[in-house]
Amino acid sequence: MILDDFFWRAVFAGAGVALVAGPLGCFVVWRRMAYFGDTVAHSSLLGVALGLLLGVNIMFGVFAAGFAVALVLSGFLKDKRLSGDTLLGTLSHASLSLGVIVISLMTWLRVDLLGYLFGDILAVSLVDLLWIYGGGALAIAVLVWLWRPLLAVTVDQELAQAEGINPSRYELLLMLLIAAVIALAMKIVGVLLVTSLLIIPAAAARSLSRTPEQMALMSALIGILSVLIGLASSFQFDTPSGPSIVLAAVLLFILGQIPLRGRI
Amino acid sequence: MMENEIPAMLISAKDLHLKAGRHDLVEGVSIQVSEGEIVSIIGPNGAGKTSLLKLLLGLIKPERGSIERRPGLRIGYLPQKASIDTVLPLSVERMMTLTEAFSRKEVEKALAETGVASLIDEPVQTLSGGEFQRMMLARALLRNPELLVLDEPAQGVDHLGEAELYGLIGRLREERGCGVLMVSHDLHVVMAATDRVLCLNRHLCCEGEPEEVTRHPEYLRLFGMEAGSRLAVYSHHHDHTHDLSGNVDTSHASHQEQAP
Repeated sequence: MILDDFFWRAVFAGAGVALVAGPLGCFVVWRRMAYFGDTVAHSSLLGVALGLLLGVNIMFGVFAAGFAVALVLSGFLKDKRLSGDTLLGTLSHASLSLGVIVISLMTWLRVDLLGYLFGDILAVSLVDLLWIYGGGALAIAVLVWLWRPLLAVTVDQELAQAEGINPSRYELLLMLLIAAVIALAMKIVGVLLVTSLLIIPAAAARSLSRTPEQMALMSALIGILSVLIGLASSFQFDTPSGPSIVLAAVLLFILGQIPLRGRI
Repeated sequence: MMENEIPAMLISAKDLHLKAGRHDLVEGVSIQVSEGEIVSIIGPNGAGKTSLLKLLLGLIKPERGSIERRPGLRIGYLPQKASIDTVLPLSVERMMTLTEAFSRKEVEKALAETGVASLIDEPVQTLSGGEFQRMMLARALLRNPELLVLDEPAQGVDHLGEAELYGLIGRLREERGCGVLMVSHDLHVVMAATDRVLCLNRHLCCEGEPEEVTRHPEYLRLFGMEAGSRLAVYSHHHDHTHDLSGNVDTSHASHQEQAP
């Protein structure tokens, strides 16, 4: 079976994550939540520790920790006495440091910290694949189902609210989805690079799209392409797979910036 | 058939209070808008005009007071500052169908009503101020509103476009019979195009038909004597001090001389 091979498991896992991360990443880019995503991602190590301590699936631990941090963050961000980037910078490094310390205190476990920080896509198991495709399908279904209100709230919150859409409900939903995708993607590119899968394909798709829907689709395609190119070159040149995927995405982003006629 | 038809109330608010920190933004304001009526809110900067609109739209919650809407009231809203970030690729057509799906034909028809049908495939970020406001007005119309809420609709629109825009709003009221509630800075245009004016300075200073309001001492204190005289030209009524003279030109001229 093709999935018995670690390389193909990596390809399917990466493509599955990229498929969800693309459209969701568009929201992260549109709403200027890049640093927000980073902060949630940095809390992933805490989630790993939580998962190991409680003996639950690590992805689930990361998701729970990420969502909790996202909730705390959005509460803090309503306080206007400190700017958003200052708060995010503080919490992002606080949660990363706390995660590293908690994991290092768990001396009875041997934890591959580097694998969590930069990803270990080649160690993706069948169970991981199941999580990625199950969770990913659910996330995509939610995105498709609630696309219009999610987009409306993103374009102009007050206008959407005046027309009967409850913005806080959809903000919460986006946070849930971001935490979920970060949990799914952590194994692929690691805690430190995980937001790159959200942001770079979306950024690359911007110059190629005229509608939000086009941008979401392009972003998913560019993400999948990045995974394929990244993994192939990682295999070819024996480079670390997570960073190779990220650089492949950056390469596509740069290619997308080359001006062509008829672009907006 | 015999009885006078009283225009149906669309929205009615009583004794609204809103605070920002320790400051009062809105103090005990009551307001109502009926079918087919154009109501304008005027007032200096920081008078709480936008806050009042947001309270009525339910975007913010009042400290105190009650708001009553006709059940199922459909509202078309033009926010004061709707600029769309260029990171989001958005065509005019997509903007028109942001919160509700409409066919391209319906979108085209609404855009044609405000005279911008040719822009349907343009990115919204490339529209001029006037084009953008016309698109937003068409967007509000598409939802077939019973009440139009406009927050400084002529912002970013030049003088000629401004007169056209208010003309358009007046015509829409005639054709569709919807109520209009708007906030505006442009005193003279407001006075010409409005049934009822509310002069706001956190509390309600005065309220009434344009001619009444321009004679009100609170209004004159807020906007100065000059505003009172200038507006008299547009409302085609003499100022109160010259009401009985019967000679429009002289009364008008003499009043202008008094202006500071």
